[in-house]
Amino acid sequence: MEPYFKTIDEARKGIEDGLLTPEQLFASVAGRIDEIDGELNAYLSRASFREPQKGPLYGIPGAIKDVLIVNGTTTTAGSKMLQNYTAPYTATAVERLERAGFVLTGKTNCDEFAMGASNETSAYGSVKNPWNRSMVPGGSSGGSAAAVAAGEATFALGSDTGGSIRQPAAFTGVVGMKPTYGRVSRFGLLALCSSFDTVGPLTRSVRDAAEILQIIAGLDPRDSTTLPDSVPPYVDALTQDIAGVRIGIPKEYFGEGIEDGVRDAVMSAIEELKKLGAVVKEVSLPHTPYAIAVYYVILPCEASTNLARYDGIRYGYSTHDTAKNLLEVYERTRAEGFGKEVKRRIMIGTFALSSGYYDAYYLKAQKVRTIIAEEFETVFREVDCLVAPTSPTVAFPLGAKSDDPLAMYLADALTCPVNIAGLPGISVPCGYSNDLPVGLQVIGPRLGEEIVFRVAHAYEQATEWHTHHPN
Amino acid sequence: MSICQNLGVGYTYAHMKLSKDQVSHIAKLARIGITENEGEVYSEQISVILDYIDQLNEVDTNGVSVTRQITGLQDVWRADDPAASPLREKLLEAAPAGDGATIDVKEIL
Repeated sequence: MEPYFKTIDEARKGIEDGLLTPEQLFASVAGRIDEIDGELNAYLSRASFREPQKGPLYGIPGAIKDVLIVNGTTTTAGSKMLQNYTAPYTATAVERLERAGFVLTGKTNCDEFAMGASNETSAYGSVKNPWNRSMVPGGSSGGSAAAVAAGEATFALGSDTGGSIRQPAAFTGVVGMKPTYGRVSRFGLLALCSSFDTVGPLTRSVRDAAEILQIIAGLDPRDSTTLPDSVPPYVDALTQDIAGVRIGIPKEYFGEGIEDGVRDAVMSAIEELKKLGAVVKEVSLPHTPYAIAVYYVILPCEASTNLARYDGIRYGYSTHDTAKNLLEVYERTRAEGFGKEVKRRIMIGTFALSSGYYDAYYLKAQKVRTIIAEEFETVFREVDCLVAPTSPTVAFPLGAKSDDPLAMYLADALTCPVNIAGLPGISVPCGYSNDLPVGLQVIGPRLGEEIVFRVAHAYEQATEWHTHHPN
Repeated sequence: MSICQNLGVGYTYAHMKLSKDQVSHIAKLARIGITENEGEVYSEQISVILDYIDQLNEVDTNGVSVTRQITGLQDVWRADDPAASPLREKLLEAAPAGDGATIDVKEIL
């Protein structure tokens, strides 16, 4: 097997056994990027090899989604607005990886300011799905997912606000983990929707994801929304024994909009889980159909606030030199620096927060949010975790949904409820439909990362999907 | 523009449509310059989205509390200890217009 397709665990053993040096591993990955990234466009910028620190990830090459700032690198958020922005410090999650010894391969492409489900809104071109170059890789962490799937990185970090780690992981056949909200510091993550944004790993095995999360998770005094709860050793939870684990199948996640091929693959996966001894039962989350509406009120509202800072004054793209007055600096900087989807969402948010509409939209959505979160809580009294498809469909063709914003939003239908409730969720590969990967989602209760990893790992080890790579 | 009616239980909107003028106003609030053409396109697209969002009115939220944040954390403090920022130079350098010690803006007054 090529070094660039090794998991973190395999690569580390190679380095420890003296079969591979960090430079050689990095060169293998860099060579792979040189070979195929012209087609895939997963990377926005590359980093050269730097002597890594000693730690559990010593010499392991990782890619970072370009919404996480890394000192001295250009960090664009996939936007023209930050085309020449050099980050002045490093995000906490990345700092922790650095201390653990990882080597940065580069920053990955993403939907602009993480707004999208296909990596088509990036100002730097779409990312292609390594399994089929005419299909999207999913989004918004499309670059990170494609890079991991294609061997262009041993692991990657992404961000998940409505499904942006899990859905591209599903579309590209890799593991994508969104931890409990507050589990990982958002310090250094360019904010999109502060009450949903979560940083998490994309990897080629559940074990790797557990290890990365263990390293990046934990209280951070620089992010007051991080949870004080100690971080358990997630890797130790991977016992492969799930006998007696109670798994809920939420019926609303298997309705009409789910493609047959996706449903079939997921139902087979559920049979596999039963064979492994899990106790499976149907449950109901009745307000699931309202999740997209809740999400697409709250997100634009918070995004309109978070993106107000891009005004051409302190950093980033600016029309200062040509604008006649201050208002023009603002209006033209933002007209020219932002893409259409970003502008659309900022305007929806501005509207929904404006006087006369705030109660009917934003407050209403936050109340329905409470109902959705409580529904999950109730269900988790009867079952230990939930299993469902990650996405209603497999990867779709480039351009298929880019003219229909609402159609694109519906891609998040099965992932955004998890962000709304602040819960942990993982996507693992569970087969194919039309030769494209299908993702199985495991959702846990708040701070239930261990049960999520345990169930996902047991399934993974009982199947072969995780050993497959695209050509 | 649709009319908001208080029915006692909640608010109901007739088919929510945003006119070009409303879009213009919102763009102004958001400090995003848009052309007339764009105003038309956004008006259509945003109206479709708002229409979809209107289904939230089907949900009875009487007596339901607002989730302002999902962590349940309260009053997360740190000591108010002033210290020099190591970022000052870099931050000033990042400004599109300025001399590294100050940031230039257009006339305000």
